[in-house]
Amino acid sequence: MTKRIVILGGGTGGTLVANRLHRHYHKAHGDVSITVIDQDNHHVYQPGLLFVPFGLADEREIVRSRKAQLHKDVEFIESGIERVDSGRDVVVLADGRELGYDLLVIATGSHLALDETEGLAGAGWNEKVFTFYDLPGATALAAALADFEGGRLVVNVVDMPIKCPVAPLEFCFLADWYFTDRGIRDKVEITYATPLDGAFTKPVASATLASLLDEKGIHLVTEFNTGEVDGIGGKLVGYDGREMPFDLAVVVPLHSGGDYVGRSEGLGDDLNFVPTNKSTLQTLAKGNIFAIGDATNVPASKAGSVTHFEGEVLVENIVRFLEGRDLSSTFDGHANCFIETGFGKALLIDFNYETEPLPGHYPSRVGMPLLKESRMNHLGKLMFQWFYWHALLQGRDVPGIGTDMPEHGKQHTSTTPNRAPEEASA
Amino acid sequence: MSTATIAGTAVERNDEGFFVDPNQWTRDIAVEIAAEDGITTMTDQHWQVIDFMRKEYFEKGTGPTVRVLGKTSGVSVKDLYLLFPKGPAKMAAHIAGIPKPRGCI
Ligand SMILES: Cc1cc2nc3c(=O)[nH]c(=O)nc-3n(C[C@H](O)[C@H](O)[C@H](O)COP(=O)(O)OP(=O)(O)OC[C@H]3O[C@@H](n4cnc5c(N)ncnc54)[C@H](O)[C@@H]3O)c2cc1C
Repeated sequence: MTKRIVILGGGTGGTLVANRLHRHYHKAHGDVSITVIDQDNHHVYQPGLLFVPFGLADEREIVRSRKAQLHKDVEFIESGIERVDSGRDVVVLADGRELGYDLLVIATGSHLALDETEGLAGAGWNEKVFTFYDLPGATALAAALADFEGGRLVVNVVDMPIKCPVAPLEFCFLADWYFTDRGIRDKVEITYATPLDGAFTKPVASATLASLLDEKGIHLVTEFNTGEVDGIGGKLVGYDGREMPFDLAVVVPLHSGGDYVGRSEGLGDDLNFVPTNKSTLQTLAKGNIFAIGDATNVPASKAGSVTHFEGEVLVENIVRFLEGRDLSSTFDGHANCFIETGFGKALLIDFNYETEPLPGHYPSRVGMPLLKESRMNHLGKLMFQWFYWHALLQGRDVPGIGTDMPEHGKQHTSTTPNRAPEEASA
Repeated sequence: MSTATIAGTAVERNDEGFFVDPNQWTRDIAVEIAAEDGITTMTDQHWQVIDFMRKEYFEKGTGPTVRVLGKTSGVSVKDLYLLFPKGPAKMAAHIAGIPKPRGCI
């Protein structure tokens, strides 16, 4: 009998898993049906959102039809989701329609929970207080930045985890470049306020990024937990009472999982993320429910690269599960991120659950420099968009980039984090 | 990493003073670490948070962030800052003998 695979979410993870599954079963002459459900038909290339505020990208370049990214034999349903009834193996759609499944994949990503921060979406929202984490926000911010003639710019992360945890830092670096380019950098004070106790979560990369902020004259404020945003008074107020005045605030809101997860008994945690086995990607809720990408609670970055690496493991395990075999494939938490640093340069970091980002080269001794600014990394970041549409979403492997984190080329012994050793000895 | 004797027990702590093995923790140790951190009296509310942190750690493998603490521990975020002025998640983890909350990656 035909096995029904239903995938919730047609973003990065849902699309690449659907296409990978289709390819596998097509070759193996497997009898499965694959359905993807998403609330809309606009697939946004989210890494492109970083460039929109600076006029370097716009809606036309970074949005495509979701359906068009899926193989034609994959069914696409445009609908909201009411809840998952895991007891009956049924998804209830927004209009009450029910869809049965043999295997469910949760790929609904994360959601910007504006309401969780007092005043954030109140007076001044999209006038003085912005986010670039969605397309309307990034577009409104582009107009505000173009009109900005000077003053205090505060970039603030409300809480972790967030998608692409380096993106707010990249925003600061690009703002530094943008105002320099406009000749008004001396009139703009840029501050980065984070709830973390350093510029980034992992020690070696954190030190490198902190010194880059310093070099560019960007103030770093750590352990700032935003309690309230006062859009009219122009200040952020921390839970500890600290106040941070601004003329323009760029806020990355608290992230949560989808509301429907909260309505689905036994599926999510306190923030509606889905507890998931970090190696097999099977959820803890039920054996026939798997999860991928930002929707899970696995302790990896919420990034497209992570989602891509998870895809291969997930598909292998789904095939095994449906054949009644043990799950064997394991995910190591591999993440690989370009960090745009402005002035046509970027830095590359590569890490997994166990190994923090280290200096060296990627993927082997001859390759892109790690944890070090270079023009080559910037070009890599720009090329990523092409790979995203043409290889990653299609479920193809990106040449030279495997699922497991490569070890060759990494310098474990380095204790001078902001310099690659060959540079130090030059 | 270093070994210290706290409340008569030898415990291993990392460079930032967080426990390497949460099982070495006792309530007497917690009282001493709290004093080191400037909390002279551990109230019932302090213990409520500490017990919650440990429960979360053993269930989920990491301590919660401030916001999750505020939602789920039964103590509001404002009160958490009154109890643990140097930052609730980190300070409570320190006293609860669990690793520093990852705050994720
Ligand atoms: C500003 C920014 C910059 C980034 N830069 C990078 C980068 O440089 N490199 C990188 O690797 N990653 C980057 N990312 C992160 C990357 O985009 C995400 O990690 C990735 O898209 C996650 O894929 P996903 O499938 O889990 O979620 P998504 O791609 O977000 O897909 C989730 C889908 O689920 C749908 N959905 C959600 N709820 C419902 C519902 N209730 N009913 C129906 N459908 C629903 C949504 O419409 C969406 O299509 C960035 C993200 C942002 C915001």
